[in-house]
Amino acid sequence: MMQAFAFIVRRELRLALRRKGDVLNVLVFFVVVASLFPLGVGPEPNQLRAMAAGVAWIAALLAALLSLPRLFAADYADGTLEQMLVSPQPLAVIVLAKTAAHWLLTGLPLALAAPLIGLQYDLPANALCVLLASLLIGTPVLSLLGAAGAALTLGVRGGGALLGLLVLPLFVPVLVFGAGAVTAALTGINPAAHLSLLGAFLAVSSLVGPWAACAALRVALD
Amino acid sequence: MLETTALTCERGGWRLFSDVAIALQAGGLLRVRGANGSGKTTLLRTLAGLTRPAAGEVRWRGKALDSESRREILFLGHAAALKDELTVLENLEFSARLSGVGDLRFKDALERLGIARLADLPARYLSQGQRKRAALARLALSSGVPLWLLDEPFAALDDEAIAQLSALCASHLAAGGMLVLTSHQDVPIAAPDARAIELRG
Repeated sequence: MMQAFAFIVRRELRLALRRKGDVLNVLVFFVVVASLFPLGVGPEPNQLRAMAAGVAWIAALLAALLSLPRLFAADYADGTLEQMLVSPQPLAVIVLAKTAAHWLLTGLPLALAAPLIGLQYDLPANALCVLLASLLIGTPVLSLLGAAGAALTLGVRGGGALLGLLVLPLFVPVLVFGAGAVTAALTGINPAAHLSLLGAFLAVSSLVGPWAACAALRVALD
Repeated sequence: MLETTALTCERGGWRLFSDVAIALQAGGLLRVRGANGSGKTTLLRTLAGLTRPAAGEVRWRGKALDSESRREILFLGHAAALKDELTVLENLEFSARLSGVGDLRFKDALERLGIARLADLPARYLSQGQRKRAALARLALSSGVPLWLLDEPFAALDDEAIAQLSALCASHLAAGGMLVLTSHQDVPIAAPDARAIELRG
């Protein structure tokens, strides 16, 4: 089972390496969106510091949303998904592996780029660390719940827009506590409580997300 | 080993076929015939456990299909399940690992389908027939999988590939395997026990 997980992750990474554009698009989108805000709002440092976490997190949500429709679509179109369903490997392991690869290719780069965004907003070092930590814990939730949304909208015309309507509301708690952790750090409150809650969301979504995605994939291919 | 009882399938509210009874034993070959849209693909997908029948049941070794039976059933549909970015060899390696076959002699498998020289070519550059051959190469690794379900395996293949594939099928059947295939061409396959079924609405 671990073997199946490992070779599916390896394949996803290899595929991403052969079409780097997809991965870079998402990262560049994140950086551009987050950089537009200071240009629009003006260079008032206190204002920028106050909005930094919210902007970084919303840009991360949108960037994740941009990448999600592709999660199953290519495998669906070329018949690989069908082969995955008839294979003896447990579907949950396959879905988890694809979700993990999705996080490695989108969530992780976004999280690592976020401190750079934070610098544009004049965030102090401790807040930058909390921003990084909140994204590292929170972005896997986006991949896990997003996988369920991507599976539900598979093969639906205009699925991209529907996907947004479906998963953005589910991302709200992550946004609130992710951005809240950074704001807490800025105001001198210990952000551990926010980060623990993010961790709890991660635990719940790692159970619910793949389960819902598996059920939706079986329906999509019936 | 493979049995269906009064199998009925519907697509989008349409009844495709009803009361299909199949009983296949070791070495058995079943050809599924029927006009376009008569439900050949749906029947194969139902036997593979992808589509739920509207009524009736598919039984493998006397039990309903489950995760254990998936190890013993190989299904190849219309889509070749090839990734354009991966080479022919990488595609074969992935599909072999995914289906859990123990035989990992990939080069031999490509050789038997006559595409060994394409092993390192990305699948993007393959012709339709070559893609089909690349997808079918997995059969050469799957002699240990008892039941093969092949949907239009001979479509888009040239005479040479058809001969290679029917030889592969014949040796599978001779070794006690089972084969269900849909085909518009009547390609001869040597089989100890060959039958045909005609699907009508």
